[in-house]
Amino acid sequence: MAYHPNLLLRRARLARMVLGTAFGALLLAFFRAQVLQNADFVERAENNRLREVPLPAARAVITDRHGEVLAENLPGYTVSLLTPSVDSLRAALATVARVVPLDSAQREAVVRRFRRAPTRPAVVFNDASFTVVSALEERRAGIPGLIIQSAPKRHYPDGPALAAVMGYTGEISEQQLQQPRYDGYKAGQQVGRTGLELEYEERLRGHEGRRFVEVDAHNRVVRDGGVREAESPSAQEPLRTNLDLDLQRFIHGYFADSLRGAVVAMDPATGGVLALYSAPTYDINRFIGRRPAAEYDSLSNAPFDPLFNRALRGNYAPASTWKLATAVLGLEMGLVTMDTRMAQPCTGGYYYGRVFRCWERKGHGNVTLAEAIAKSCDVYFYQLGLKIGLANLLAGGVRLGFNRRTGIDLPGEGRPIWPEAIAYFDRRYGPRGWNRSVVLSLAIGQANNAQTPVSMARFYTALATDGSAATPQVVARPVERTRILSLTPEQLAGVQAALADVVSRGTAAGAQVRGLTIAGKTGTAQNPPFKDNAWFVGYAPADAPRIVVAIIIEEGLHGSTAARVATRIMERYLKARLTMGSTPTD
Amino acid sequence: MVYSAGQTDSPAGFVAVAWRRQLAFAGAACLTAWLAVRTSVRLVEWATPVLYGGSLVLLLAVLAFGTGAGTAASVKGWLTIGGVRVGQPAELAKLATVLMLAKVLAARREPPRALVELWRPLLVVAIPWVLVMAQPDLGTGIAFIGVCFALLFWSGVPPWMLLMLASPGIGLLLAFSSGLWGAWFVALAVLLFALRRTVGEVVSVLAANVALGVVAPVLWDALKPYQRQRLLVFLDPGLAPGDAGYHVTQSRVAIGSGGLLGKGFTLGSQKRLGYLPERHTDFIFSVVGEELGFIGVTVLLALFCALLLRIVRVSTRASDPFAGLVALGLGAVWLVHIVVNVGMTLGLMPVTGIPLPFLSYGPSFLVVSWLAVGVLLRVSSEGKGEAGALGL
Repeated sequence: MAYHPNLLLRRARLARMVLGTAFGALLLAFFRAQVLQNADFVERAENNRLREVPLPAARAVITDRHGEVLAENLPGYTVSLLTPSVDSLRAALATVARVVPLDSAQREAVVRRFRRAPTRPAVVFNDASFTVVSALEERRAGIPGLIIQSAPKRHYPDGPALAAVMGYTGEISEQQLQQPRYDGYKAGQQVGRTGLELEYEERLRGHEGRRFVEVDAHNRVVRDGGVREAESPSAQEPLRTNLDLDLQRFIHGYFADSLRGAVVAMDPATGGVLALYSAPTYDINRFIGRRPAAEYDSLSNAPFDPLFNRALRGNYAPASTWKLATAVLGLEMGLVTMDTRMAQPCTGGYYYGRVFRCWERKGHGNVTLAEAIAKSCDVYFYQLGLKIGLANLLAGGVRLGFNRRTGIDLPGEGRPIWPEAIAYFDRRYGPRGWNRSVVLSLAIGQANNAQTPVSMARFYTALATDGSAATPQVVARPVERTRILSLTPEQLAGVQAALADVVSRGTAAGAQVRGLTIAGKTGTAQNPPFKDNAWFVGYAPADAPRIVVAIIIEEGLHGSTAARVATRIMERYLKARLTMGSTPTD
Repeated sequence: MVYSAGQTDSPAGFVAVAWRRQLAFAGAACLTAWLAVRTSVRLVEWATPVLYGGSLVLLLAVLAFGTGAGTAASVKGWLTIGGVRVGQPAELAKLATVLMLAKVLAARREPPRALVELWRPLLVVAIPWVLVMAQPDLGTGIAFIGVCFALLFWSGVPPWMLLMLASPGIGLLLAFSSGLWGAWFVALAVLLFALRRTVGEVVSVLAANVALGVVAPVLWDALKPYQRQRLLVFLDPGLAPGDAGYHVTQSRVAIGSGGLLGKGFTLGSQKRLGYLPERHTDFIFSVVGEELGFIGVTVLLALFCALLLRIVRVSTRASDPFAGLVALGLGAVWLVHIVVNVGMTLGLMPVTGIPLPFLSYGPSFLVVSWLAVGVLLRVSSEGKGEAGALGL
């Protein structure tokens, strides 16, 4: 009786219901997946098969004050590999190495890049020559995941002349990627490493674009382009600086390979940096491209440390150039006027515990302040220093800004050395390890005083104008001036006249230039065991200054040597401006 | 469909030309079907024990010398002669077991009143099932169980008895949660008392439940890691997009991205780029989903459903119980395959390496399926009502 038709029919109904339910459920599930969740799955399918290839962007061009190019971009090629794993990457690198030389250090660098960003193509060559690129293109079939892109390469037409101020770019480092400043940067991108490139990184960087390639399950590139719309890279507007390329080249030509030292040239009214130079210098272009690390190593070991930026960080005793600060302090305190003579005339030496010599063995005689400045009489300033007193001198130096950075818009500015108070000496030498005669040395710009060229230039912008020092600025920005001198207009005029005398009849007389009235101060700094350094800080034209130049020549022996270079620099700048007939734009 | 599965942009090896082999075997399969149609059901019934015994021998043989492939790569499912995979005895065993089971069940005219009366049909199923699970072929094991219950149902076993029979299995599945299992056990005990079963039955059923509940962790350990992974991933596909979850995730992405109309025949991107694994066998329905969209899926499922509904009809009108049982049994095999395979592509079922009838690449299954078609045609033509219902 188990198979009675009626029973069978009942079972059949049940069976049909089961079938209906089963298929209905399946159909519903498919409906949900294919219709309701379609967009979601389409996106996942895309993510599966599309890989992003970054399109590097050009950095903003940097120009000088006249629009001449200081830093630009040249077309270049990057070679990268898109692989799913480290092992496949190494295999691909091995294949590449058969075509183009690739040592193990470079291979490890590629693997490191891959580890930092496994979904982006790992850069093999940042700047591949056309030969390399064509060799690899020929063998593309044997190198799955090979991606060759045109990528702009940074170039500095006047590399060596601009090294101190421009800096250079390089691949972003591991530490930098962690910093909040570099949030949004990806491994393999180029960033400024030093100088202007670093300081204005945000202003200079381009916006990366991207294109899409289609890959299969083995991460092999199946289709290159045309799969999804690419986003083009974009660059920012050119960055205009206050620099004068012609002047920078001129200075570089002057120093060439023979002189060591630094030059800082500023516009005293605006603080605009017209030139910033350090010698020996190096070609920043050598850091862009294949082997920056090797370049760095060889330069680190080069004689006289070309990587050291003397303009910003060199600490040198300012010597007689600093006498102006002593003079200013004396005038401000009312201790002297431009016509005051000291108790003791200069006979070549001064006794204070021991003999302190004047550089002029024969002595200068009984000179006024104005004459002492023009002839740079040490004995006069020894006495002035004693009159001012150590404590006041130290405090005065602080007030004038000699212990602080200038705040120039470049990274790595060094801090000058200047004792803030007497306690400094106690700390340094112990209470009995020093004596008050140090004030004599300080008054003439020696002893524990080591200034940077840029800080001296800044001080002289105050002397050149109205007693306010201008903050040095490489890139045109709102002018910043700070009053540091509290001289009366007559006093300041007297000081300026004395400075003009230095050049017309004083220690820098040999540096005169026809048709130009120049003012400034020489300095010859003792630097045992080396030869004396030569300083000159001045401005021109004396009546309406347009340029302040601070120059130091290491082992230059006499300040007058430095003065000759400085006046040529000023001449070049001013005469060029006259012939061009245009006022500097900003 | 197998042709489309072979169209990929990345090197696909054998899959690209698999369709040729499928076509060749399809020809051979049709031939066997034709032969089957010409074979009377009585003859089939007479041959049943031979077929059954033969398949058991082959199952034993494959345990000794077998090899594996595809998602069942570590399974000893295939017989190879001289390095060429000849076929899966499990496929033949499915057919033979259906026949044998039908024969045994058809012999009894009265529905069973106690669980113990089912010992004979259960034995018929249990022996091959054990051999198959020893390979281990989980998917085919599920098929056997499905067929067993379907045929028991069709032969008049009352639902509550089926439930009792299934209870240890259900208990096993629920064993992962003590709370659920406890509730189940209590419900079962109440039911047994309510139905006034004999003490012996009650004790044995409950004991079986307890035994399997206890044994669950042991069984879990006995599973190979990949099988465990598959089950875990089945419960939560997001778990490991790595190996185990990879198949299902990729399959769902392929299907889901196919949308309403699909991407076009042979144009499915997931399949083409090699992201869809086993696309010519276990995941062939995913290719359908990706390329023919929801419309294609609906059409195909409707066709399958229509086929199975037809089989129910054929079984109802069969000339004798044996024929009806055979027909339903074959349909049940297909139903299990379809539900598990299609469910697997969406992550509704664990991945088990079970092929989709007529679509998946697999010569032995194809041949056996067409053989079944032949048998069904014969049963239909011998049945009551419209003669030659399927048009032959």
